[in-house]
Amino acid sequence: MQDRLNSLIDLLLPVFATLAALLVGAVMLLFLKVNPITAYSALWEGAFGSTNALAETLVKATPLLLVGVGICIAFRAGVINIGGEGQMVIGAILGTLIGLNLEGWPGWIVIFLALLGGFVGGAIWGGIPGLLKAYFNVNEILSTIMMNAIAVQMMNFLLRGPMIDPSQAELASKIPQTARLLEAFRLPRLVPTRLHLGAAIAVVLAILVYILLWRTTLGYRIRAVGQSPQAARYAGISVKRHIVLALLFSGAFAGLAGATQVFGVNYRMITDGSATGFTGSAGFNGIVAALFGQLHPIGTIPASILFGALLVGANKMQRVVQVPSALIIALNGLVVVFVVSSEIWRERRQRDRLRAAAIEGEADASGPSPAVDPEVGI
Amino acid sequence: MITELVSSTVLIGILASGIRLATPYLYAAIGETFGQRSGVLNLGVEGQMLLGAFAAFYLVFMTGNLVLGLLAALAVGALMGLAMAFVTVNLKAEQGISGIGFYLFGLGMSDLLFQRMLGTVETVSGFSKVNIPFLSDIPVIGEILFRQNLLVYGAFALVPIAWFVLNKTTLGLKIRAVGENPEAADSLGVSVAKVRYFTIILGGMLSGIAGASLSIGLLNVFQQNMTSGLGFIAVALVYFGGWRPWGVLGGALLFSMVNSLQLWIQVLGIPIPSDIAVMMPYVLTILALVVTVSRVRGPSALTKPFGREE
Repeated sequence: MQDRLNSLIDLLLPVFATLAALLVGAVMLLFLKVNPITAYSALWEGAFGSTNALAETLVKATPLLLVGVGICIAFRAGVINIGGEGQMVIGAILGTLIGLNLEGWPGWIVIFLALLGGFVGGAIWGGIPGLLKAYFNVNEILSTIMMNAIAVQMMNFLLRGPMIDPSQAELASKIPQTARLLEAFRLPRLVPTRLHLGAAIAVVLAILVYILLWRTTLGYRIRAVGQSPQAARYAGISVKRHIVLALLFSGAFAGLAGATQVFGVNYRMITDGSATGFTGSAGFNGIVAALFGQLHPIGTIPASILFGALLVGANKMQRVVQVPSALIIALNGLVVVFVVSSEIWRERRQRDRLRAAAIEGEADASGPSPAVDPEVGI
Repeated sequence: MITELVSSTVLIGILASGIRLATPYLYAAIGETFGQRSGVLNLGVEGQMLLGAFAAFYLVFMTGNLVLGLLAALAVGALMGLAMAFVTVNLKAEQGISGIGFYLFGLGMSDLLFQRMLGTVETVSGFSKVNIPFLSDIPVIGEILFRQNLLVYGAFALVPIAWFVLNKTTLGLKIRAVGENPEAADSLGVSVAKVRYFTIILGGMLSGIAGASLSIGLLNVFQQNMTSGLGFIAVALVYFGGWRPWGVLGGALLFSMVNSLQLWIQVLGIPIPSDIAVMMPYVLTILALVVTVSRVRGPSALTKPFGREE
C-alpha cells in the first residue's frame, strides 16, 4: 500500500511541477495586467476547443514525441542529447532530397524511403557525438550543441544554393526554400484536418522503443550502461559501443521527426536562418516532454500531447489577451527546472525504502529484497 | 580579392573586430570557468545572457544611463545565478538539464519582455570607443587593441584577474578544492555550498554583463534570441581552454578571429558561401575539444552534487 502510494506520488511529481509553473505564469500574467483565468481559458480553448484545435495539438505533439522517445533512449544510457534541433534538420534535408529526386516513383515507396532517410540522417548526426563521447571523451552536451549550429548552416547553404526551389532561383530576392513535394509524396491525413499519419507512426514507435528498452537484450544493456558503467563493464558489456548506439538511435528519432515535419506538415523546407524557424524548438521541447514522461517512451506520449497543447494554445492566448506566446517557452523552462528539482524527493523516498528493506532483510535473511525498483529513477 | 584581404587596413580591421567580438565570449566563459572549477556545469548561460542583454538595453533605452544598464544586467544575472545555485546545490538537480530549463526560461522571458515592453527593435547609444592615451597611437597595435570600448577592456582585464583569484588566493584554493574533492574540502571546514553559491552567482553576473556587452556595447540593439547560441559556445570554450582563464582567452580569440574573418569575407564579397564560413568555428571547436579534452583533465567533481552522507 505504502509502495503504491509512493509510486503514485512519483508519477504525479511532474504534474505538480507543471501546475507550479502555470502558477508562476499566472503571477507573471498579473504583472502584465492580464487576467490569468482569461488567458489560460483561451489557451485551453486554443488547444482542445474544437476538432481542428485538437488536431493541431496532435500535429504539434508529433515531433515532440519522436524527439522525446529518442531522448529517453539516450538518457537511459546515461547520455544527454541536446542535439535534437540539428538532428531534425539533417533528417529533414535527407528526407527532402529523396522526396525531390524520386519523381515518378510510387508515393508509398518514396514516403517510406524519405522517412528512412530522415532516420538515417538523424542517426549520423547523433552518432558522431556518440563516437566522440565514447572514443575521445568529448562531452556530448557540447558536441551536440556544436552539431546543431553546423546543421543549421548546412541547411542555410543548401536551401540558398543547391536545393533552392527552381522558381526562386530566377528571382532577384530569393526565398531560401526547396520546391514543394508532389501531392503523392505527402503523408496521408488521418481525418479532414492537418493531422497526418506521422502522429500514428510516432505512437507506434514509442511502443516499439518501450519494448526495445525493457524487453530486449540490447535495451537491457543500454540501461545497464546508464545505471552503472562500471558494473556494465564487469558484466562484459561494451560501454563505448552502447553509448554510440544510444546516441545514434536518439538522433535517428529526431531525424525522423524532421522528415515527418516536411512530409506531413510543410511539404517543403524553408529557412529563416535559424534552426527554430524549421523545428519550432521541438528539439529542445522534446527533452521537456521526455523528462515530463519520466524518461519512459509510453509516458512521453501524454507528455508530448500536453506540451503540444501548451504550444498550440499559446498562439490562441496571444490573439485573445495579447500575451506573447514566448510566455509558454519560459514556462516550459520552469517545468524542466521544477521536474529535475523534484527528483530529490523521489530519491529520498527511494533511499528510505532501501533502508526499510535492509532492516527487513536483517530480520528475515531469507526474504526476497529487491531493494531498488530498477524501473524507477533516471 | 585575395590581395585585398592581406592589405594592411583590412588585416587591422579583421584583428580589431576580432578583439571586439571576443568580449561576450570572455565574460561568459570566464564566469563559467569559476562555476566549473567549483564543480558546477551551468548550461543556462545563454538564458542569463539574453535576460542580461534585455535588462541592460531596457534601462539604457529608458534612462540613457549606461551604468544603470550594467547594474541591471548584473542584478538579473545574479538572480538567475541564485536560482541555479539553489536548484543545483540544495535540490541537487541534474545540472545539464536544469541549465537547459534556465536557458528556455531566459529565451522565452526575454522575448516576452521585449514584445511587451519595447515591441519593436530600437537602438541606443551604448558604450563608445575610448582611445587609451599614448597606447592608442602605437601604429597597428594601437589601432587593434587600444581603440575599443570600456566593456572590451574589462573583458580582457578579467582574464589575469580570474587567473590570479583562482591560483593565488585562498578563495581560489577553496574553489578548486570544492571542484576536485568536495568531501575533503568539507572535512577541512570549507563550506561546499557557500563556495558553489558564490561561483554560480558570480558566473550569472558575468553572463549578464556578457549579454549587456552585446546590447549596449557591440550592437546597441535588442532582438529576440540575439545571442543565437553564443552562450553555449562560451560553455564549450571552458572545456576548450582546459578550465584555465588563459586557455579560455585563447579559445575566445580563435573563435572571434575566425568569426571576424568570416564577416570581412562577406563584406569584401569574396565568393566563399558565408554559411560555410559561419560553420567553420563550430567545426573547429569540435576538433579542438577532441584534441584538448583527451589531454586535459577537468575538475573531478564536475556535475556531481555534494551531500554529506547521513
